[in-house]
Amino acid sequence: MTSYMPPADRIWWKVPVGRVELVWIALALVWCVIMFLMMPYWHIYGKQNLSTEAYQTTPAAYGAKVQAMVEQYKVRDEANLPVVAPPAGSDIYMLGRLWQWWPILELEKDKSYRLHLSSMDWQHGFSLQPTNINLQVVPGYEMVIEITPDKAGEYGVICNEYCGIGHHTMVGKIYVKE
Amino acid sequence: MANFRVCPDSGFYFHKSAESLIKVNAVAGVVALLLAGVLALGVVLTRWQQVHLLPPQDFYMVLTAHGINALIFWIIFFEMAILHFASSTLLRSRLATPAWAWFGFALMVIGAVMNNVAVFQGRSSVMMTSYVPMQAEPHFYLGLILFAVGALVQVLVFFGTLVVAYQEKTYEGSVPLVTFGAITAAIIAVFTIASGAIILVPTFLWAIGYISHIDAETYRIIWWGLGHSSQQINVAAHVSVWYLIAGVLFGARPMSEKVSRTAFLLYILFLQLASAHHILVDPGVGTEWKIFNTSYAMYLAVLASMVHGLTVPGSIEVAQRQKGFTRGYFEWLRKAPWGNPVFSGMFIALVVFGFIGGITGVVMGTEQINLIIHNTIYVPAHFHATVAVGTTLTFMALTYLLIPVLFRRKIILPTLARWQPYLFGGGMTILILFMLGAGTLGVSRRHWDMDFTGAAMTFEYPGMAYTLMAIAAIGGLAAIVGGAAYLLITVGSLLFGQKLEPSAGFLQSFLGKALAPGVYNVDRPELLARAPRLTVEEHGSAGFEAPGTFALAILLLVSFVVYYFINWKYLASVWPMG
Ligand code: HEM
Ligand SMILES: [Cu+2]
Ligand SMILES: [Cu+2]
Repeated sequence: MTSYMPPADRIWWKVPVGRVELVWIALALVWCVIMFLMMPYWHIYGKQNLSTEAYQTTPAAYGAKVQAMVEQYKVRDEANLPVVAPPAGSDIYMLGRLWQWWPILELEKDKSYRLHLSSMDWQHGFSLQPTNINLQVVPGYEMVIEITPDKAGEYGVICNEYCGIGHHTMVGKIYVKE
Repeated sequence: MANFRVCPDSGFYFHKSAESLIKVNAVAGVVALLLAGVLALGVVLTRWQQVHLLPPQDFYMVLTAHGINALIFWIIFFEMAILHFASSTLLRSRLATPAWAWFGFALMVIGAVMNNVAVFQGRSSVMMTSYVPMQAEPHFYLGLILFAVGALVQVLVFFGTLVVAYQEKTYEGSVPLVTFGAITAAIIAVFTIASGAIILVPTFLWAIGYISHIDAETYRIIWWGLGHSSQQINVAAHVSVWYLIAGVLFGARPMSEKVSRTAFLLYILFLQLASAHHILVDPGVGTEWKIFNTSYAMYLAVLASMVHGLTVPGSIEVAQRQKGFTRGYFEWLRKAPWGNPVFSGMFIALVVFGFIGGITGVVMGTEQINLIIHNTIYVPAHFHATVAVGTTLTFMALTYLLIPVLFRRKIILPTLARWQPYLFGGGMTILILFMLGAGTLGVSRRHWDMDFTGAAMTFEYPGMAYTLMAIAAIGGLAAIVGGAAYLLITVGSLLFGQKLEPSAGFLQSFLGKALAPGVYNVDRPELLARAPRLTVEEHGSAGFEAPGTFALAILLLVSFVVYYFINWKYLASVWPMG
């Protein structure tokens, strides 16, 4: 009943704390510290980390870079979309726009690439499935992440940031070859 | 002039103007919840892919309205009622400036109506986050701004009432713990509304053409200063209500005033942080800042919740043991009033909030783990555990407590009321667990079509994803029935419940005037005295007073640790990146 009455003791902050609470606070605090340390630990020893490399850009400037890559490394067309196979280790580009991921990328397994992402218009969500990697794609910003596809196969890039009525039709592709 | 009445059953004193404001705010909240619940039907029946009820335009409109009405209008209106209750009623004080509070309330109503009109006109389906450069109609933003300003005005009246109570010496010693918790919620609300103004006002100006450009990333960072800390208001508010209910039903006293109050203080100190957990996978946000921010410095706000998670049930256990329920670890819990929706609602809310909402929230707020969760349906699953069960079910439980006290009516349909928290909480839990699963399979949130009809490229989800979404939807339907039962019982009780006082009526004192003269017959309530001290033994000094609660807490910790590392393992299986 003291929860909605003033504390029984005038100097309530001097009342000693019970054992149950002290033990629990100690345990919880230790756990909080462990969780906190896991993040820097993973930056050092883990393989999946978020890059902080990003540049301010404009849709026109970014679009030109994507276009240049497509012209240089296009290997074929698929459903009216260019399929691009840039060399291992290179900078690769994908852009999101209403309602398309462009172009299709063809990568080699166990090779690293510097993937650039940006949007031409609204915000989009780069959601690589089924591996389940999700990144926010924001207009005016070009994010660069080094990726190393480690399983061959066909991957879907679905948009998981709501971007209007055609949101659900925004599906792209990345192929990873042996 | 006598302006107070005392409720003979509960001993609470109600000041006339505060009472009507508590009532109107609560009723406005319930109306928003009704709307949100009807809209939830459209949402779940569309996300259930085999049913796929609504076309895309309607789905996105309905989802926008569901989110805003549930998360913003329902919860904040109800919180205003709680603030007036925790200040005026608990401190036995008059309300500082009723006219200003009414003004704030009116602004909130106008804002809520305006925003809903904008959404239902169909050109503002931008979701509650309204990420730029997607644009809504100007009155979408204006509605939200007016609502926020109105809330701010009512929060200031709350602070004013605290000052009045202090100056007029209506209570002895320090404010009660529940009021203290409400103060933390109110302080957080001020911060939140400030961030909201910083971002929504320019966005409104942009929508009417005064500003040509708003940077999309800056918008996200500031918007989440509002979006995130407003969730901390809810936590502070519903934890305060847990303490209140524990006190009213069990006569429980906080295990330690110092510990509980410090935990509330941690919310204030660390909540401006953690907005980063919404932008962990955004471009160009620095690593150190993200780690520091997403972990609330070092999970100190999480620590605070873990402390309340122990001390609320712990105080109930101590009270029950003093009444003689001392056998084993759990007699105190088995013999708790599980048939009383006030208790069952509050306890289910506590368990689901802690075990599901808390754990999933920390996991997905971990810098790297967010990669495998961001914007999947896992995210709404998490926040239905926190706000739809944690906050909403707690407020439902509080309603059952307040109807007899505030409206002086008996609850109708007691059998339905008895089952309502189980139906709502159980249905929600199914919805949540299965959406968590579907999110792990990559199913997207805010997404109309798992089949990607009309897309140039194809992608197929595993069949399991469809099954999980279907089961989730069935749980969601059960929760909607539970929500409908709540509305039926509360509105029905206000209209038809047996009168506990001859003058009781739906409109009793609703607009500041009492129906029957003489209801408000107390000039100045008795001084609110300190709680009586325990004679037997000083509290907290001896023994291991709450072993059962401690065992439950250890269970929580073990689940937490296991689930946390499972997610790291899952993360380790995706493409290496950096
Ligand atoms: C009554 C039963 C309810 C059901 C069945 C339900 C169902 C859902 C579902 C399935 C979604 C996700 C849709 C999607 O992202 O595609 C959703 C979104 C949401 N729900 Fe609920 N919900 C219910 C009640 C509530 C309550 C009580 C609250 C808050 C107090 C709430 C707050 C929200 C919010 C904020 C969103 C996010 C909207 C957005 O993405 O902008 N819901 N709901
Ligand atoms: Cu998109
Ligand atoms: Cu989209």
